[in-house]
Amino acid sequence: MLKQLSVFVENKAGRLCAIVEVLNEAGINIRAMNIADTVDYGIIRLIVSDTEKAVAALSGNNFTANVFDVTAFTIPDRFGALYEVIKLLGDSGINIEYSYSLMGKNHSEAGIVVYIEDAEKATEAGEILKKAGVNLITPEDIA
Amino acid sequence: MNYYLKEIECSPRHELESLQSFRLSKQIRHVYENVAPYRAKMDEAGIKPEDIKSIADLARLPFTTKQDLRDNYPYGMFAVPMSDVVRIHASSGTTGKQTVVGYTQNDIEIWAECAARSLVQIGGSKHDYVHVSYGYGLFTGGLGMHYGAEKLGAVTIPASAGNSMRQLEMFRDFGSSIVCMTPSYAISLIEFAQENGFNKDDFKLKAGVLGAEPWSEEMRREIEDGFGIKAYDIYGLSEILGPSVSCECIYQCGMHVCEDHFIPEVIDPDTLEPLPSGKQGELVFTCITKEALPLIRYRTRDIATLVYDKCRCGRTLARMLKPQGRTDDMLIIRGVNVFPSQIEAALLSFDNKATNYLLVVDKANNLDTLEVQIETPRGIISSIADLQKYEKKAKAVIDSAIGVGVTIKLKEPKSLERSMGKAVRVVDNRKIKNKFEG
Repeated sequence: MLKQLSVFVENKAGRLCAIVEVLNEAGINIRAMNIADTVDYGIIRLIVSDTEKAVAALSGNNFTANVFDVTAFTIPDRFGALYEVIKLLGDSGINIEYSYSLMGKNHSEAGIVVYIEDAEKATEAGEILKKAGVNLITPEDIA
Repeated sequence: MNYYLKEIECSPRHELESLQSFRLSKQIRHVYENVAPYRAKMDEAGIKPEDIKSIADLARLPFTTKQDLRDNYPYGMFAVPMSDVVRIHASSGTTGKQTVVGYTQNDIEIWAECAARSLVQIGGSKHDYVHVSYGYGLFTGGLGMHYGAEKLGAVTIPASAGNSMRQLEMFRDFGSSIVCMTPSYAISLIEFAQENGFNKDDFKLKAGVLGAEPWSEEMRREIEDGFGIKAYDIYGLSEILGPSVSCECIYQCGMHVCEDHFIPEVIDPDTLEPLPSGKQGELVFTCITKEALPLIRYRTRDIATLVYDKCRCGRTLARMLKPQGRTDDMLIIRGVNVFPSQIEAALLSFDNKATNYLLVVDKANNLDTLEVQIETPRGIISSIADLQKYEKKAKAVIDSAIGVGVTIKLKEPKSLERSMGKAVRVVDNRKIKNKFEG
């Protein structure tokens, strides 16, 4: 499991920049980012090198960041690789709320982040993937 | 039950009324002789000082409004020479000149006594540590409660407003037991305390004396839970005195008016006729002991109800039921009267309570619009679906509470201005436009 930060922002110029600036000043590396948006606002989701430090830095700058557990794994860069893994989860009735990609260690692989709301199902997903020999990404991998 | 001045606070009504009558007739002579604008008003109405013999004659007297104070800015309504004035306060004039008020040494004594009475009413004593976080300065909140706490013999902590971290450290280290501040500042401190690892067990707080702005019962519960205290409403306005014109007792069932100093009335703001006990209308006060600025039948613009039955605490003084708001704060949206406190109560009535909000009124295609800006509660910052569900819920609850359709705008947490004094809850862009147009 990885920790993901979710930050609420209004949809206006300069807000993403302000968040990245705070993380930059705190020496934090952003490993993945995803934005869910509506007309008026959005949620910026981040996976960073040091979650605790990032939460403190953001909170010190009047941003509120909530932390969620997400499942992340790597897949090889070849046709059909994502389908094979996602199918394992779908077949087990595990609902993915949202998903985005993460940097792989090298050009021959990609990282995938999935958020499964139900905590029990999320644990089950981890076990299914491990059993199938899928490489799960740990906090140490991205620190 | 503790009292500060039992013979007054629990006096039989008829005795209190004879005291009021005596003081009123004396006061009317004082203002007629010393305040030119009052002499003119009374002459115009054909009333001589000797016509006012008892409180039954009160309704014959002309009203005083804020405009009278502005017209006679700064000292024209004072009833004593400036050499007898020892203190000036002023209220911020957002819509015109400041309102300037003055006090003689005796007025300051009266004020301190009223504030001390308020503190005793809520269970305070000389053994308390009274932490005053109202602003000190021209605003009456800080110095008003300060003098009352000292008069009571309590340990008085003149913290003033601002610097949340220091306030909380003082609560913890100085042993503050009673806090005096605006309800919106209390909310802001509770939020700060939670974010910075303070626990309510770190404090010895037992009560809050909160006023200077209207607040809802729901807000009271938030503050009581947040600090682990009992939160009491206190009322005052600088034109009459400052905080402690009236204050709740431990039963939280209305604010006891210091009727031996101020005669309250409730009038119909349209017909200006006095309304009977239990009817809601505009509050009017007559100062019967003050010397420097003894306003007669001053229209406060606050909406409230007066009741006169004896309280469970034993006091016989009139009780003011929590003002719903000021007529000044009342918004008229598409012909419907809306009080900000109704929206506040609605926002606190369901999960993920939002305590920071701003109402923005505007006009679009000649129709009034009301936008409720809400600082997004932390608990719903997880998915867009949760945010949209919250928006829908907030709209439904507010719409049904006020009978007008609003739009909801979710703002970033901590993006609305934090108040250390009176919170600004309404921005009415219609007024700004009119000013430019007209």
